[in-house]
This record gives sequence, C-alpha cells and structure tokens, in this order.
Amino acid sequence: MQASTTPAKASVLSNLNAVRTMIRRHKRNDIIFASIGLIALMLALLTLVTLFVDLVLDGYPKFNLTFFSDFPSRRAGSAGLLSAWVGSLLVMIVTFLTAVPMGVAAGLYLEEYAPKNWFSDLIEINVSNLAGVPSIIYGLLALGLFVYGLDLGQSILTAGLTLGLLILPIVIVSTREAVRGIPVAIREAAYAVGATKWQVVSDHVVKYSQGGILTGVIIGMSRAIGETAPIITIGALTFIAFLPPSPITDVAPYLNFEWLSASFTVLPIQMFNWLSRPEHAFHINAAATGAIIILVTLLMNGTAIWLRYKIRKNIKW
Amino acid sequence: MNTLFAKSLGITTLLAASLSTPHAVAADKIIKIDGSSTVYPITEAVAEEFQKATKTKVTVGESGTGSGFKKFCRGETDVSNASRPILQKEMDACKEAGIQYIELPVAFDALTVVVNQKNDWVKSLSVEELNKIWKPGSSVKNWKQVNAAYPDKTLALFGPGTASGTFDYFTEAVNGKAKSSRTDYTPSEDDNVLVQGVSGNAGGLGYFGYAYYEENKDKLRAIPISAKAGSPAVMPSPEAVKDGSYQPLARPLFIYVNATSAAFKPEVKAFVNFYLENAPKLVAEVKYVPLPAEDYAAVKDHFKAMKPGTGFAGKNEVGIKVKDLINRIK
Repeated sequence: MQASTTPAKASVLSNLNAVRTMIRRHKRNDIIFASIGLIALMLALLTLVTLFVDLVLDGYPKFNLTFFSDFPSRRAGSAGLLSAWVGSLLVMIVTFLTAVPMGVAAGLYLEEYAPKNWFSDLIEINVSNLAGVPSIIYGLLALGLFVYGLDLGQSILTAGLTLGLLILPIVIVSTREAVRGIPVAIREAAYAVGATKWQVVSDHVVKYSQGGILTGVIIGMSRAIGETAPIITIGALTFIAFLPPSPITDVAPYLNFEWLSASFTVLPIQMFNWLSRPEHAFHINAAATGAIIILVTLLMNGTAIWLRYKIRKNIKW
Repeated sequence: MNTLFAKSLGITTLLAASLSTPHAVAADKIIKIDGSSTVYPITEAVAEEFQKATKTKVTVGESGTGSGFKKFCRGETDVSNASRPILQKEMDACKEAGIQYIELPVAFDALTVVVNQKNDWVKSLSVEELNKIWKPGSSVKNWKQVNAAYPDKTLALFGPGTASGTFDYFTEAVNGKAKSSRTDYTPSEDDNVLVQGVSGNAGGLGYFGYAYYEENKDKLRAIPISAKAGSPAVMPSPEAVKDGSYQPLARPLFIYVNATSAAFKPEVKAFVNFYLENAPKLVAEVKYVPLPAEDYAAVKDHFKAMKPGTGFAGKNEVGIKVKDLINRIK
C-alpha cells in the first residue's frame, strides 16, 4: 500500500507543481500584456497631453475675453476669433439639424424596417464605407452639388450641409449599434400587448437607445468642428470682419434665415491662416485657437460620456 | 429624444422652405475678394482699414491665385489677388464669361534665398549657380559641387510646393521655364516649415518670400544674388527691390479688379482707390515692398482710365518694370 501510494502522491505533487508553474506563467503573461497595454495607452495619452500643454503654454497670453470678441486683424495683438467661433457655431447648428434627423431616421429604418436582402446588405456596406471616405471628397462633392448645382453659394448653409453629409454615416452606424443593443424581449413584449411597429419604435426602441444615439451624434459633431479640408474646398473665407445677420429678430416671425446664405469662416481655418503667417505673434494666436478647439472637442466628448451614463442609469429593463 | 426629434424635423422643414430663396436676401453691399495667399496680408490690411473708415463690408479669402481666378472669371468676386499675371487659359475663361478686368500692380515681393546660420562659406550666389542647383535632373548633392572652394557638406534643399506662385516665379527666373525644377527637394506649402528646415540643417538652402526671412533673421542668413556671374551681388532688401537692383528675384504682386464692378459699384471703386492711396504705408507694415511713389501714381491713373486687359501675353515674365507694364495696356 505504502509502496503504491508514494509514486501516486509523487505524481500528484508533480502535477500540482506543473499546474502551479502554469498558473504562474499565465499570471506573468497577464502582467506582461497589461503593461504593454498600459504603455500603449500612456504613449497615446502622453502625446495628446504634450500637444495640449504645448499649445496652452504657447497660447496662454491670448486666453482672455477680447480674443473672443475681436475680429481678425493684420495686427496679431488685436486679432481675435469672433467671426470664426460664430461661424463654427452656426455651421454646427445646420450640421446638427441635417445630420441628426436624417441619420437617426436612416438608422432606424435600416435596423427596424428594411427587409433583410442583398439590397439592404449593399446599403449597409456602403454606409460603413462612407464613414471612411476622406473628408476632402465630401468637399469636392459639395462644391459641385451645393455650391454650383443647387446654387447655394459659399454659405453657412453649404458648409453645414457638407459637414452634415460627412457625419451622416457616423450617426447612422451609431444609431444602429444603439438600437441593436436593446433586448429582443422588450420588442416582443410590446408586440405581445398589441403595439404596432411604429409604437414599438417610438415608445421603446428610440427611448432606450437615445443614450447611444446621442453619443454617436456628439462624436460626429466633434469630428465636424475640427474639419478644415472640405470647408476650404467649398470656399470658406479668411478675413471677414462682420457677423452674419442674427437668426433671431424682434419682429414676427422672430426667426430670420438670412444667416444661412451669409459668408463665413470657422475656427480651424482661422488657425491655419495664423499658422502660415511669418510673424511669430500670429503663431501664438494659432496655438491659443488650437487649444480652444481641443478643449471644445474634449468638452463635447465628455458631455457624450456623461449623457450616456445618465440615460443608462435611468433605464431599468 | 421624442420631442427633440420632432423639433428637429420641424426646423428642418423651415430650413427647406427658406432654401428656395437663399440669394434674394443679400441686399447688403459686400466687396468680395479671393485669390493668392501671398497677396492676402496686404489686401487684409487694406480691407481692415477700409471697413473701419467706410463701414462697407469686405471679405477676403486665400484659396490661391489659380482658384481665385476661377472664381473671378465666374463673376463671383469683385477683386482677385494674384502673385503672378493672369494666364492664357484664365484669360479665355474670363472672356467666355464676359468678364473684363483691370490689372493693377500693388507691391513687390523679393524672393529670398537663405542658408543656415552656420553656413559661413557662401558669400553670394549667381543665377547660374542657382540654376546648377535647382535645374530639373540636377545631380548637385554637395556644396563642393556648387563651387570647388566650398566645404564637403551635404546640400539639403527646401522650397515651396508646385502649386505655389513663388515656385512658378523662381523656376521661371532661375530655370527659364515656370514649374521646371528638380523634384528631390523637401517641399512645403507652409513657408514656416521651410524656415524650420533650413535653420535646422547646417547644409540647408531654401527660398521663399522676403517677409518670412525678415521675421526669422536670427535663424537664417540671406544670400546676395548676382544676375550674372561676375556682376555685383545684391542683398535682398526693400531698397534694392525699389531701385530695381535686386534682379531677377523681385516680383510684382497684383490685384485684378472686375471692370463691371469698378464701373457700376461705387463701393468697389472706392475700395480700389483706398487700396492704392494707402498701399505705401500698409504694404510696408505687412513686410512687403511698396512700389516707388511715381509707380503708384501711374497705377492710380491707370485705374482712373478704367482700361481693361493685361500687360502680359498670358504668361509670366521676369524682371518687368511697372511703368512699362502700364504703358503696354495703354
């Protein structure tokens, strides 16, 4: 008995040792991968932080209110961002109003209504492809279609529509992702109590997926705000020392659409112009503008995360 | 989201309704200018002052001389900035659209050849030597190959990209044909990148507009240029450009005014007169070289006469005098 258990015990022990070595090795692999991942993350973050800190350090003399309330000027000291940030804001409004209804509607249709056949597949592939098309292509399309084809001119409307088209695929894809995340049981429950398709979509699908949709919309918008190439192609200006007509008036109907056809400039174009100037003082302005664009983007993305968290918290399946 | 969605839909409908008459509302007087990014700082300065003085709205773009002429010949702009004269195909486009233009030289720019501060061997360069370095297919890769007296140092070349008017003028002046250049140099559309390139490379050589040298004198050294081997080398400076001794790299800059706008829009006429009146002061302020006073007087008379056309035969020309140019159109 004794003689037969000893080898058995030994083999169990050696097995145990083998298992322990294996666990140790796996744990070590874990640590190695975690450190590689962390280094990669740090490198990416460090680059961004370095860039941002560098811009802030270069541009900090310009961080004051007059920088936002002054028009561009040949004197770097008195040159400001007023026409650029107002232009960016108005263009973003048009972009939002075109990309969101169209993108959400298209996403909902593709996910909820479209028959599953080769044609839908084709559309799906194309939408995903569109998200990767270089932005300059959208600029060229807009130049032919909006500026000359539809004769909208080099206006805020043209720029807004162009950027709207640019982020449309992002909105569609994120809408579909968000809708797909809703459990089938929710839909089936609604159908079971006799809801129509539209009731299911409007009362449940849209309601539960709005966090995801909103995130996609904001990420799309924060991409649009930094775009330069398509805006230059459609002919944004550089020196413009007056503001478009106000969208709100004091006489009925209190809304004014003249601003849509006004010429404009946007933040990244103003930054590009200042950067290409010979005088160093303009480079300070450019750095400040760069820091502001990054801040706005960070703020928008932060809002997206916060909204998603807030909305998810309120949903109980 | 539901209500937000409905609201957006409603506003989109309103947007669509307003789409039908986007141009009908542009009653405000706006002078539209686009074109060369080289001329941009001058026109920007004039536009800024003019808008302050008269409250007339002026917009200036910088899509480049070529794109500027495209818009100009479609009748979209009143004035086009140009760092080179109008070319034959642009003249044809304008003619086809029935657009006539008045050609006005407004300033000079001195293309400046620069080297690194550590470079103490080059005292001057002749156009022949520049040609030897920059001609298409040139095999010069070392300073020793430029001149046997120079040290054995690698030559690193920096220059503007092929879309630039500076590139066109320099190649015309040095290689005899616009756009013909060796291609194995570091190009950039941003002159500040060229400044960095030359200042960071002991064997560096590059060329760009005078304003960029003026701002970076502490990092770069400008090279005096002689038009022919043996003729005196001239350092680029506002004085040398003005008296005509800095040749052949001094080039005139232009604005082209839509003749119909000049005749029928009083604000455009006022703007151009204001431009020529204030050019001597404003051109110098943005670091370009003003024309001599008598040339401005001649250009003013030329504008007053409203004689359309170009003094160039649809191609660039090196070393032309402003007076001769105006006499040609007369």
